Amino acid sequence: MTDSLSLLDRRETVACLLRDRGDLLVISGLGSATYDVAAAGDDPRNFYLWGAMGGTVAMALGLALAQPERPVLAITGDGDMLMGMGSLATIGAKRPANLSVVVLDNEVYGETGGQPTAIAHGVDLVTVARGCGLNALDHIRDMNGVGTLAERIHRADGPLFANIKIDAQEYVRVLPARDGVWLRSRFREAVLGLAP
Amino acid sequence: MAETSWSDALFDVLVRQDIRQVAYVPDAGHTRLIERCTAYPAMETSVLTTEEEGIALLAGAWLGGDRGILLMQSSGVGNCVNMLSLIENCRMPFVSLITMRGEWGEFNPWQAPMGLATPDVLNRMNVQVHRVDAPADVVVTLDAAIAQSYDGMLASAVLLSQRLIGSKDFEVVD
Repeated sequence: MTDSLSLLDRRETVACLLRDRGDLLVISGLGSATYDVAAAGDDPRNFYLWGAMGGTVAMALGLALAQPERPVLAITGDGDMLMGMGSLATIGAKRPANLSVVVLDNEVYGETGGQPTAIAHGVDLVTVARGCGLNALDHIRDMNGVGTLAERIHRADGPLFANIKIDAQEYVRVLPARDGVWLRSRFREAVLGLAP
Repeated sequence: MAETSWSDALFDVLVRQDIRQVAYVPDAGHTRLIERCTAYPAMETSVLTTEEEGIALLAGAWLGGDRGILLMQSSGVGNCVNMLSLIENCRMPFVSLITMRGEWGEFNPWQAPMGLATPDVLNRMNVQVHRVDAPADVVVTLDAAIAQSYDGMLASAVLLSQRLIGSKDFEVVD
């Protein structure tokens, strides 16, 4: 378990990562990560997942391979990352430099009542990501670290992995659109210039 | 048509249909096709740890403008079920080429349950199933499945029957 005094605020963290985002493309994992990305400001280059648990990071990988000239960011929680942990091996085999994976780690399943994840029992995602060959930063515990991470996401020296220790505070939910057809159409229009 | 021959014909379909990303969990029946795709510079091949990753990966690829295909064997279909909700909710294209096990001269009983359930599982998740038993139908079926997926937005799976690809033959070593 982590010292609660050193835990970061999830909304402040995500707002910092998405400030001055340039042409960053974002896939957000179901639950609070999607609400955090929406709270930082809606953008057609955000793709919000509301389900498909475990798929956030793999989806960002496919996008990063298709758009190698743009930075791609997966933002998700520790529960979703644990379910899709094999995707870190899949990324390690491909090593796309433009892909970053950021985990908002509060050590609980926030959507379902705050049950502890495996992280609360000592599992370390940074070690896993490092073992999979990603450029994994040490656990981020202060906003200076978040600021440095925001710069590195745009530098395309990845694949980058960052695990940010956040507090388990639940915010009022900021709900983006749930219509997947609309979300994917506006994303492709913004990124590819394609009409639906 | 020998396996090498129709595998090469399938590869030609992928090239002609502008498939740019190939995600797979290997099967012996896909060996030649995976080799051809990996050797082709205009295709990104990704080896997956589980088949459901491929659905998410190809959805991301399409968001970024790439057409893709998922190669797997029938046992992998069971690993895909919830992730297929991504395809249905977003009405995204999806096409998979699946080698069948557990249905024709199968020696391994552990392949039988998903072999039998594969068409039903795909249908229940609104993936249209095209089964191929004859070598002459391989190319036209994959061609049609890719077209209806990427042009018609109808999720599609092509099942290559075990009779077509040949039962797996294990040499027993004492």
